[in-house]
Amino acid sequence: MSLLTPGLGFFFWTLIAFIVVFLLLKKFAWKPILKSLNEREKNIADSIASAERVKAEMAQMQSENEALLAKAREERGQLLKEAREMKDKMIAQAKDEAKAEANKIILDAQAAINAQKMAAVIDVKNQVGKLVIEVAEKILRKELAGKEAQEAQIKGLVDEIKLN
Amino acid sequence: MRLGRLKCLPVLAFGLLSLFFSSTLFAQHGEGHEPAPGGHDVKEEAKFNPGKEMLDHVADAHEFHFFTLKGENGHDTHVTLPLPVILYSPERGLDVFMSSNFQHGHESYKGYKLVDHHIIPVKEGTMEIDENVKVYDFSLTKNVVQMFLALIVLVLILTSAAKKYIAGQGRTSAPKGMQNAVESVVMFVRDDIAKPNLSHKYKKYLPYLLTLFFFILINNIFGLLPGSANVTGNIAFTAVLGIISLIAILLSTNKHFWGHVFWFPGVPVPVKLMMLPVELLGVFSKPFALIVRLFANMTAGHIIILSFVSLIFIFTEMTKVAGIAFTPVSVAFAVFIYVIEILVAFIQAFIFTNLTAVFIGQAIGDHHYEEANH
Repeated sequence: MSLLTPGLGFFFWTLIAFIVVFLLLKKFAWKPILKSLNEREKNIADSIASAERVKAEMAQMQSENEALLAKAREERGQLLKEAREMKDKMIAQAKDEAKAEANKIILDAQAAINAQKMAAVIDVKNQVGKLVIEVAEKILRKELAGKEAQEAQIKGLVDEIKLN
Repeated sequence: MRLGRLKCLPVLAFGLLSLFFSSTLFAQHGEGHEPAPGGHDVKEEAKFNPGKEMLDHVADAHEFHFFTLKGENGHDTHVTLPLPVILYSPERGLDVFMSSNFQHGHESYKGYKLVDHHIIPVKEGTMEIDENVKVYDFSLTKNVVQMFLALIVLVLILTSAAKKYIAGQGRTSAPKGMQNAVESVVMFVRDDIAKPNLSHKYKKYLPYLLTLFFFILINNIFGLLPGSANVTGNIAFTAVLGIISLIAILLSTNKHFWGHVFWFPGVPVPVKLMMLPVELLGVFSKPFALIVRLFANMTAGHIIILSFVSLIFIFTEMTKVAGIAFTPVSVAFAVFIYVIEILVAFIQAFIFTNLTAVFIGQAIGDHHYEEANH
């Protein structure tokens, strides 16, 4: 069968052709193609890796941010608390001071009132004494206008003394 | 399910037909050789001989034969593209001339004549065979010429793709057009053939495997063009590739591999002795199977298509009506097989390359492979 016996010429040319094509393609096709493919794959892998890294960094930053925020929130709470305490303290202090001042004022006012009252009482006493004397003088003058009245009076007084 | 059964019908019909046909084909071929080269029987010549026609189509030739115009009183006009003939004979030296000088086998030239696509030395000026002269035929036959054309196209496609990569396209951006087609095949060979079989050593063998794959693929595809030669279905072509595979396998063997061949581990001594010839034969039978597989697949595909086309002529010889009636059926089957052949062109390129990679992987004796086998 001629179909099953390899022809020498075709065998020879195929061998030459394969070797030549192999060398040509190795140098001019496979090298740049495979190099580019590797480069591209490396590029993609690097991009994915860097994206992953950025993601991780972002996550870390976010957690850091959250920590900062929490800290800030805590600080704010602390500040608010302190401010509230300060306010309460100030109010309490002001109240105490005001109370003390008021008491003082009241005391002073009472003292002043007392003094004035005493002065008024003394004045009234003086006035009453004067009035009593005047009234007694007027009564006495009217009572002791006659001689007999004077003598009777004296006599009465003498009687009283006589017993002593 | 019903559709599936319907699909089986043409396959069954085709199988039966080809079975029937192949036996008659070889029978007729055997008879075809019987008449002596000199004794031309006009009656035999006129009758359509499908076996001879088909083998003529799948065989190599010294010219591209397109068609023959039947002339009066046996003078046919052959429309061909003659190809250069290169002969070397230790006795006569080198001879280079065009195959048209043979007048399609009717005349001798420079002491050679053409019989059934074979160049035979004759005594000068006569048609008598000269037994004393040995000749080596290095002619650029239609297989050689078509292979060269295919390879030029292949190199142009691949280098133009490579140029695009060098220019930057495909490195940082997406590949385009033909470059994309090349890339997907290259990636396939790398990721599905080289890497699984050769693991970390794949880089060393990748240029060879890629060249092998594209070499077979482009020649398979060119062989499918109407009127083209059956390059990959030629045993010389596949023999070259098989021998190169064998060399590649043998070059990558190591102590471990030969230890396995000559002294099979883990079995008693008598079995070791029995395994020795089997394993040794296995080393050579593997590439031999590659050679025969590619050759048989491609030739079979061509013969089946030719068979369906020949059926038209066979039926026409019976009656014209039968021929005309059978034409659509025949063409439909031929187209069906043709489409399968396109698939086979890729599959055979893949199988040859993949099995070569598998055999190289076995020869390397990668530890992963060894562990998987024990």
